[in-house]
Amino acid sequence: MSKTDATVDERIKETSKLRKALIRPELGAIVGTIAVFAFFIIFAGNSGMFNAQGVLNWSTVSAQFMIIAVGACMLMIAGEFDLSVGSMIGFAGMSIAIISVTLGWPIWVAILLTFALCIAIGALNGIIVVRTGLPSFIVTLAFLFILRGFTIFFPQLIERRTIIGGISEAAEGDWLAPLFGGKVGGGFFIWLGDLGVIEVFSRGTRAGQPVVDGIPMLIIWALGLVAIAHIILTRTQFGNWIFAAGGDAQAARYVGVPVNRVKIQMFMFTAFCACVFATCQVIEFGSAGADRGLLKEFEAIIAVVIGGALLTGGYGSVIGAALGALIFGVVQQGLFFAGVESSLFRVFLGVILLFAVILNTYIRRIITGER
Amino acid sequence: MTTEPIIEMRNIEKHFGPVIALNGVSFDIRPGECHCLLGDNGAGKSTFIKTMAGVHKPTGGEILFGGQAMHFDSPRDAMEAGIATVYQDLAMIPLMSVTRNFWMGREPVRKVGPFKFLDFKTANDVTMSEMRKMGINLRSPQQAVGTLSGGERQTVAIARAVHFGAKVLILDEPTSALGVRQTANVLSTIDRVRKTGIGIVFITHNVRHAMAVGDRFTVLNRGKTLGTAARGEITPEALQDLMAGGQEMAALEGSLGGTV
Ligand SMILES: Nc1ncnc2c1ncn2[C@@H]1O[C@H](COP(=O)(O)OP(=O)(O)OP(=O)(O)O)[C@@H](O)[C@H]1O
Ligand SMILES: [Mg+2]
Repeated sequence: MSKTDATVDERIKETSKLRKALIRPELGAIVGTIAVFAFFIIFAGNSGMFNAQGVLNWSTVSAQFMIIAVGACMLMIAGEFDLSVGSMIGFAGMSIAIISVTLGWPIWVAILLTFALCIAIGALNGIIVVRTGLPSFIVTLAFLFILRGFTIFFPQLIERRTIIGGISEAAEGDWLAPLFGGKVGGGFFIWLGDLGVIEVFSRGTRAGQPVVDGIPMLIIWALGLVAIAHIILTRTQFGNWIFAAGGDAQAARYVGVPVNRVKIQMFMFTAFCACVFATCQVIEFGSAGADRGLLKEFEAIIAVVIGGALLTGGYGSVIGAALGALIFGVVQQGLFFAGVESSLFRVFLGVILLFAVILNTYIRRIITGER
Repeated sequence: MTTEPIIEMRNIEKHFGPVIALNGVSFDIRPGECHCLLGDNGAGKSTFIKTMAGVHKPTGGEILFGGQAMHFDSPRDAMEAGIATVYQDLAMIPLMSVTRNFWMGREPVRKVGPFKFLDFKTANDVTMSEMRKMGINLRSPQQAVGTLSGGERQTVAIARAVHFGAKVLILDEPTSALGVRQTANVLSTIDRVRKTGIGIVFITHNVRHAMAVGDRFTVLNRGKTLGTAARGEITPEALQDLMAGGQEMAALEGSLGGTV
């Protein structure tokens, strides 16, 4: 045997390029995405789901899911959960409303203060988890209640109601608000409208303007977060530490990875994502409601799991999570376009979740040699 | 010997709540020597080297590094000081690739403008060549550690420590899962590394392995040092008896026909 100088191992079968390309954590989500699009092209192809307005509709909803899925994905890979994301969304929105509308401070101050507050709460979640060694499931469940409680309590105490409006007026002329509520590429869409590529309004005050007047910042945030998180996770030292922290915290500590710091930072990042979601939402709606963000934590976690992440940490893909979010958005809006009873959304989602996870588990066993 | 110790551990105590794992252990390691640490299961060997590697903070005692009092707050500090360790449980992350495990904590980076990215090319090449030096030919540096055999994993851990151990290399039962050829490889690696002036702490239950490479032998028993002997001062039989607490071992050996 001349194994020591051979560069190829004779004990491994030739694997085809196709097989190699397919064996990746995102495969379940990729297959799911194709299946979902095929389904709706067949059953809702002429319903307007795939014209400019329709695409914008489901893209926006998917982008919302994506923003929180990115945070949940990074955190889950680092080995933790955050069940307080939904409550955090409600809380952040209410915080912006109270500071800008009730207190009358400029909305940029409200946004920055709210981000600082939410990231601090995220850090607190993380510190409690790493210091006490309690499961993050329990710690963040406590924050689910605490934050939701405050979100209902404060507006009632201050304004005697649970919805605070007037945010659109407060955002008028602000320098920071358009970063969350604005649109980009308006000129491009007017040009497309003029060319006849997309429809234009034929009547009313906006006659002659394209039906889609720009890409909402929400979508830009989603794509930006996905791209940055993906690069950090797969291409940097910090990304390596995130995988390590979730894969085996003790082993990671032994080789000098600051596991606690990494985990706390991922809790802060998740809070940041929730806050981006909340800010975009209140500026778009012009109001904050105490019930905003309900169940969002579970939707984020489901998108992440469809995307191939392992619930116990150490394994996953941001691209997969983004596709999971896309599946979510397309199915939710697609059933509406297809004219199907919306309760079927849940059935459909459950089926996709099951299939994607079974496929993911199979793939993961091949990649990681889990036995 | 006249050379100054790299690390000197004086009267190290370590308590885990009510458990006294170490009760005053003294030990030192000089450049270019292989100091074997021996003792029964539960004697405190792993606990002791973990205090040396910065994982545990000693409850009592002093650590001198290059003659200076030293406090390692984390394994990272110890690594920075040039101490690399192969832990008994290996400290490998099964879901991650061999390369990512190999470089964990000290990843090579490449600068692109203000950003730093992992340098996968260097990382993969070095991993493959270090593994080849240890007699293991990996299928791919990207394969997950979970797909490796137990001995292959152990070899990755050893190759990693050898690569990063600038001053001291600590090996906690590195040969427990290895085949004949790989064991011989590890022993000759110890010899090769020692000749470069690095101090090696070698924990093993195998007296023959200890005798093959050891310069000094320290035996721990129930958290205390039973004594330190230099090569030539002690016979393998005496060492074996010391490790197992003498008498009982002789009786056991009799019943097994002297095969142990
Ligand atoms: N984290 C801990 N908490 C409580 N007790 C511990 C801890 N780590 C070690 N011990 C105890 O300290 C004692 C020494 O353990 P240690 O792992 O150092 O033994 P060892 O000499 O390495 O044994 P082996 O040869 O089996 O590896 C044991 O009784 C063990 O139960
Ligand atoms: Mg041990």
